[in-house]
Amino acid sequence: MTQDGSFPMLSVRSGTKRFGGVLALDEVDVDVFAGEVLAVLGDNGAGKSTLIKCMSGVHRLDSGVIVVDGDPVQMHSPSDARALGIETVYQDLALFDNLSPTANFYAGREMAWPRWLPTGMRLLRRRSMSQVTQEVLDRLQVALPDFEAPVGLMSGGQRQAVAVARATAFVSRLVILDEPTAALGVREAARVLDLIRRLRGEGKAVVVISHAMDHVIEVADRALVMRRGRKVGELTPSEDSREQIVSLIVGGEG
Amino acid sequence: MHQSAEPPARSDAALRMALFLLRAGPLLILVLLILVIASVTPLFLTTRNIGNVLAQTAVIAVLSLGQLLVIVTRGIDLSVGSTLALATVAGALVFHSGNSSLVVIPVMLGAGVLVGLVNGLLFVKGRIPHPFIVTLATFTLVRGVALWLSDGRPIQEVPQVVQVIGGDSILGWIPVSTFVVAAVAVAVWLLTTRVVWGRWIYAVGGNPEAARRTAIPVSAILVSVYLFSGLTAGIAGVLTAGRTNAGAPTFGALAELDAIAAVIIGGASFLGGRGKVSQALVGAMMIGVIRNAMNLANLDSFFQLIVLGIVIIVAVESDVLRGYLENRLRLIQATRT
Repeated sequence: MTQDGSFPMLSVRSGTKRFGGVLALDEVDVDVFAGEVLAVLGDNGAGKSTLIKCMSGVHRLDSGVIVVDGDPVQMHSPSDARALGIETVYQDLALFDNLSPTANFYAGREMAWPRWLPTGMRLLRRRSMSQVTQEVLDRLQVALPDFEAPVGLMSGGQRQAVAVARATAFVSRLVILDEPTAALGVREAARVLDLIRRLRGEGKAVVVISHAMDHVIEVADRALVMRRGRKVGELTPSEDSREQIVSLIVGGEG
Repeated sequence: MHQSAEPPARSDAALRMALFLLRAGPLLILVLLILVIASVTPLFLTTRNIGNVLAQTAVIAVLSLGQLLVIVTRGIDLSVGSTLALATVAGALVFHSGNSSLVVIPVMLGAGVLVGLVNGLLFVKGRIPHPFIVTLATFTLVRGVALWLSDGRPIQEVPQVVQVIGGDSILGWIPVSTFVVAAVAVAVWLLTTRVVWGRWIYAVGGNPEAARRTAIPVSAILVSVYLFSGLTAGIAGVLTAGRTNAGAPTFGALAELDAIAAVIIGGASFLGGRGKVSQALVGAMMIGVIRNAMNLANLDSFFQLIVLGIVIIVAVESDVLRGYLENRLRLIQATRT
């Protein structure tokens, strides 16, 4: 399957994952293209989270392959995924509430010198890191009241924005967002949707899990519906297809 | 939805002011304390007494710097007092068995590092659920080893160099041990603010799960903070042995609690992720100043314990208040952005 005749940036082929006796993913095929937003929809336990965890290196497929830019890849950990240019914004955001946005951006991949020292012993390049962070936040038009304050002192929307911006700063291929607008107010959600559009505009691929159908219709180019570990439909989300999507999610007639 | 009748900008500023005061609180209280005591007893601000306070505080200060890193990772190290004792005993024994005094200090530091390493490995590899339990075990185990090695008796005389470090003064009043404290403090400050490893210590304390996901070597970080805490116990052992010119299995009793108290009084969070070198030092000084002042005032040592207890409660309550105010600030920001 191609879109505009281009190759997918990331594909999952016959992805299968079991947890004990439970078949969490059952022969799922997914393609994600550059410059598009793919929504993954489904009820609780449909396999959405398992799917994105396999794409982000948290879980490994029991069978099936993940192909990145045409090459099959093995991801053993989230850092393998990051090395492939895949960044994930988890539902819990995985932020360090005690650290500044800059420290959060660079946690585990600090700019530091000199290179001949082991990573942990190197000295932080504090100014460079905060410059880049400031630039990324500016580019994404994320306004923070206090740039040096710990992230824990920020509002839900600001925290979400920092987490998304962090993923954006380092992503070269794919950003995966798990429920990015859950727990946000209307205005804050609108900002995050705006960020997602910006990412798409920069030619990145974006995968979004969301229960908020309005947001999906607003921002996603394609929606993939899952039920009981299987892919049960793939369509363009719009006001016209809303009912069809909902019935696919709950398992009625497509 | 229309809950805030007051102008948000003003309550915001008031909140920030209150937070600023709370964060600066321990230092302000220390300064205030010093001013009050100085005005009551002219003896307090004499060079001789300042030297006394510094010398008495050195051990707590060094231990609190190790404890700080442990507490930042949400841990606790109860074993440092016992480790201090073991270090003094090991140092004295090695010295008396005819070894060069040059090996005495490395042996003392090595004993501390060894206990710290055991703590860290038991916690991380032994999967003991909480460092409280690990270090409670080594707290008694290590004290036992120190008693056993020394036959339960103090061992008089340690090398000259140890005596100088732990007991001598410069210009007749500045203790050499103060320079040791300063050196350790600068090292920890550099580590925590300038070095990648230090940044990771705070990351692990702030969100261990996220640290794991971002490929920060969480286990190695945890082992390293207990190892460092053990090293500070070794250094504190050198200071204690030098000051008393002896090694004894009874040294450092309750020192671990002083160190923990210093870190908490200084304003570090027991929930992890938050705490600075300056705060640990302020906390240690606060304990030292209170003890000294009560000695000068000839108050019973019972009162020192009572006052210290109250100070700890005040410190922790103000940390709770800080958390509450920060939450308020966050809510205000959320309604405005």
